[in-house]
Amino acid sequence: MQQIINFLIRYKIFLLYLFLLLISFIFTFQSHSYHQSKFLNSSNYVTGSIYTFSDNITSYFGLREENNKLVEENKKLRDKLFNNVLLSPLKIDSTSIDYEVVRGRVINNSYADQRNYITINKGKNDSIVQDMGVITDKGILGIVENTSDNFSTVQSILSDKSNINAKIKNSNNFGSLVWENTTDYNVVQLIDIPRLVPLTIGDTIVTGAMSSIFPENIPIGTIKRFDLDNSKSFYFIDVELFNDMTNIDNIYIIRNLNRKEVLELEAETEAND
Amino acid sequence: MINSTSFLIVLRFILLVLVQVLVFNKLNFFGYINPLIYILFLYWYPIKQNRTTFIILCFFLGLCVDIFSDTLAINAAATVTIAYLRPTIMRFVFGVNYEFQSFKLNNSTKAQQFTFLALLIIIHHLVYFTLEIFSFSNSLLILRKTLTVGVSTLILGILFSTLFSSKKE
Repeated sequence: MQQIINFLIRYKIFLLYLFLLLISFIFTFQSHSYHQSKFLNSSNYVTGSIYTFSDNITSYFGLREENNKLVEENKKLRDKLFNNVLLSPLKIDSTSIDYEVVRGRVINNSYADQRNYITINKGKNDSIVQDMGVITDKGILGIVENTSDNFSTVQSILSDKSNINAKIKNSNNFGSLVWENTTDYNVVQLIDIPRLVPLTIGDTIVTGAMSSIFPENIPIGTIKRFDLDNSKSFYFIDVELFNDMTNIDNIYIIRNLNRKEVLELEAETEAND
Repeated sequence: MINSTSFLIVLRFILLVLVQVLVFNKLNFFGYINPLIYILFLYWYPIKQNRTTFIILCFFLGLCVDIFSDTLAINAAATVTIAYLRPTIMRFVFGVNYEFQSFKLNNSTKAQQFTFLALLIIIHHLVYFTLEIFSFSNSLLILRKTLTVGVSTLILGILFSTLFSSKKE
């Protein structure tokens, strides 16, 4: 016993180091395997407030540019309105809508890591929950991962954990959108598109209908380069994003009102198997 | 025991975390270079202090940066590693005389200070990027990031340590 205590005292620094290293490793592996830790992420009260404070100062520098973006988007919507693309927009039946949109602002953005997270200023108080889609006026941004009362973290599409259903516009050939070349923040990869599908550089990639997170046909980017993968039966496509991931301010969070029903049905089907 | 040293350490801790997350994490020089300037905390930390407190403090320093940047907990792992290795590095760089009462960082030569900081940065960044990228097939990427980010941290670290040097002569 005496010897054990002596041993512990002699090596207490080393043991303390191992202990703390172990804690960090547990956190790291947890975040590798599944969602981030529930509490220790940048959507908590302290970090959220500090990021809001800093965003309140820095957001003034981009106001003119941000206004231009919003006017541009308004113009696009008006174009659609005048050309009657949205049929009788004033008579939308509130029982038949599938999606609701919440607006928000980015208060912290990262794109240089392997797993990038974006912190936004909407949280549980605005009925934001995990797995809601986040888009900008140009294209998709990511999926809500954690929420606190007033803030949320969004797993960016620039993350090696990200996997989003996507397809080629005006076709039904869908694949998975991943981020494999993790140093280029303007390009993501679309995989699992069969080689029979005709492709052209410049084709538009949009979100597919297989996801209960994003509505169909939200723009993602254009094909920059494509090649066959190792198995020679699927394409490996580089997609250049419409979004400038380095410069994001106003965002929209999408709530799929049918998501709960879809998930319940899927869970039930799987349970019956 | 609240004295000026402890106060200075706490102040340094808070300021370095804030500077790291609000300024240097958003630098994105060449797209991905974000200097990890907060490890200057370990460079400046007094030598003759309780090691247990030091390691625990460094763990929380890394954890704070992790929480802000959603990188749980690779900063903590890297920082606690160099906190543990710091006496070994100091013995290597300064020789045995760093254990004497009169030894001060400012009294050592510029070359010694430089080597000390460089070693801290190399080990920290190597652990950090290994854990971040987490695959040995990408070892070239790990080395490249360690080198480029390490050099930027080193340059800024030298600038900072010169700027806030306590030597007034």
